[in-house]
Amino acid sequence: MAAVYPLIFAALLFSVGVYGLLSRRHAVLVLMSIELMLAAVTVNLVTFWAIAGDALLTGQVFALFVMAIGAAEIGVGLAIIMLIYRNRASVNIDDADLMKY
Amino acid sequence: MPVIPLTAQVQWSIPDIPWGAISPELVLFGTGILVLLLETAGPHRLRASALAFLAAAGGAAAGYGLTGEVTWPALLALAGLAQLALTATWRERPRVLSALLSALGIVATLGVVAWQWQTLAGGELLATQSGLADMVAVDGVALFTRVTVLLAALVSIPLGWSYLETRRIHRAEYYPLLLFAAVGMNLLASSQDLLMVFISLEVLSLALYILTGFAKRDLTSQEGALKYFLLGAFSSAILLYGIALSYGIAGTTNIPAVGAAVAAADTPAALAVIAMALLIVGFAFKTALVPFHMWTPDVYQGAPTPVTGFMAAATKAAAFAAFLRIFVGAMGASQWSWIPALWTLAAITMLVGAVLAVVQDDLKRMLGYSAVAHAGYAAIGLIAATREGVSGTLFYLLVYAVMSVGAFGVLSMLERRQRRAVSISDLAGFGKRFPVPAGMLSLFLLSLAGIPGTAGFMGKLAVFRAGVFAGQWVLVVIAVLSSMIAAFFYIRVIRAMFMDDEPDDLETFELEPTPGLSAGLAASAAIIVVLGVWPTVVIDLAEQAAAFAG
Repeated sequence: MAAVYPLIFAALLFSVGVYGLLSRRHAVLVLMSIELMLAAVTVNLVTFWAIAGDALLTGQVFALFVMAIGAAEIGVGLAIIMLIYRNRASVNIDDADLMKY
Repeated sequence: MPVIPLTAQVQWSIPDIPWGAISPELVLFGTGILVLLLETAGPHRLRASALAFLAAAGGAAAGYGLTGEVTWPALLALAGLAQLALTATWRERPRVLSALLSALGIVATLGVVAWQWQTLAGGELLATQSGLADMVAVDGVALFTRVTVLLAALVSIPLGWSYLETRRIHRAEYYPLLLFAAVGMNLLASSQDLLMVFISLEVLSLALYILTGFAKRDLTSQEGALKYFLLGAFSSAILLYGIALSYGIAGTTNIPAVGAAVAAADTPAALAVIAMALLIVGFAFKTALVPFHMWTPDVYQGAPTPVTGFMAAATKAAAFAAFLRIFVGAMGASQWSWIPALWTLAAITMLVGAVLAVVQDDLKRMLGYSAVAHAGYAAIGLIAATREGVSGTLFYLLVYAVMSVGAFGVLSMLERRQRRAVSISDLAGFGKRFPVPAGMLSLFLLSLAGIPGTAGFMGKLAVFRAGVFAGQWVLVVIAVLSSMIAAFFYIRVIRAMFMDDEPDDLETFELEPTPGLSAGLAASAAIIVVLGVWPTVVIDLAEQAAAFAG
């Protein structure tokens, strides 16, 4: 079935996102990895909508919500990263180690 | 409702929206917007307010010209006029007004919840219904959780007021953000659709990320905000992937329909299990179950203390309500697959949370780890997956909300006295000099430990009883063991306050409780004592409330 390809693509995209999140040290790159994960979800939603042929367009509407809320999330996230940068002149998340254990 | 003219080609009708189903959220949200508008009033903002008013008035006039009806921009213009009048008369930013208005909004929302209780549920919580095209459920679980969340938010207003004043970070955004977070939590508790779960979760998270970093010059607060944001967004993405797979299985995002589809025989088992696992991981992050708890102590320590209290209490209540609704309410038929996973998570959560709390020296961080352990206790009712279990968890979360807001409230007083973080050794001799606040802190800690005579004991009794009846006695034994470890570090704090002598070199400032703070703490303490001695009424309510809309 052709629908398998987008699903595999989404799974790969999600995995790339998870890998980036765990391996990157730059806060903005971590943010981008999270965006990749959200993009994978969007692909999944649209694919499942196409398979199910859902008349209510749930998958497509959900995808739009994911994009809009993802953008809002990035707005807040970048604001927090700017705040950190202003005080420490670094956005390396390994430097944020005031609190441990 | 305003009539919107639509072009003829599109067959599109405006759905009949039962606004009553989301009336608490609407009241809260409206109050938040009003408070936000109020913040723009101030001596130097006359020109900006005048422009805003003109824009709103223009919108109202255009609306009247187009439809011949008075439309909602008119309301906006009215608000703008009020705001303009405020700006012209107030010499200072009206913080008192913001706080009072927010408190009033929350009280009004509690009234609306009571109205829903009476009318929509027909005076009986057993009767349940969903509204808004099955997006929102008005049932016992939703209403009970709403009360928990609103109580926590109400107490957080006076606590936040005095704390933020002392730390000189009193910007009026605190109140609207608190209200918006409460909107998200209310909505999460009543989400009947996975789409609503996602949206409300993000609404509350975005507000809480900002509140965590509210002390923006404080490095720990910033760090807490960064960690909370990164891990929160990560967990949202995981949850979302689980939601997408559930949609793939069911072809709809309606929660009961997803539950039925997961249990159906022709559903590929692997897909169902992966979807469920992702949902569990997502919710475990939000409710701070080990091993997805890493953010909790850091965020709780970094956030301004009143925010921590609110976050610990209300977020947990709302996230557990959604957890209960999805797993116990909808996926009850596939218990065999999710109970073992949650059982393991809960067991290690209780043990790890209690053990790591023992080794902490910072009081706030200790309470953060204790919050992790408490998430494990609350999960016992979820794992029991029975009616008693649901009512036990609901009652436990209410009790936990009161004691956690109270404990963090006294802690915020201590921090104001020292102007820095409080470690356990700082507390030496505190009880001898200030018996009343020390006594209150002791009461909250004893209740967290679950000593008989306090509400915490009754809450634990309710969940443990449900666990034993559901045959989960091994889990209950682990919980009792964890409670014993936990009692050790709570009582260590009390011993330091009353037994040890005050250190000579401790630099302190005046301990000056504001009336609002005293009232909030006294009310929390009273609830703890009353529920500890005479919990019947509230437990009965929780038992009635343990029903999900179908």
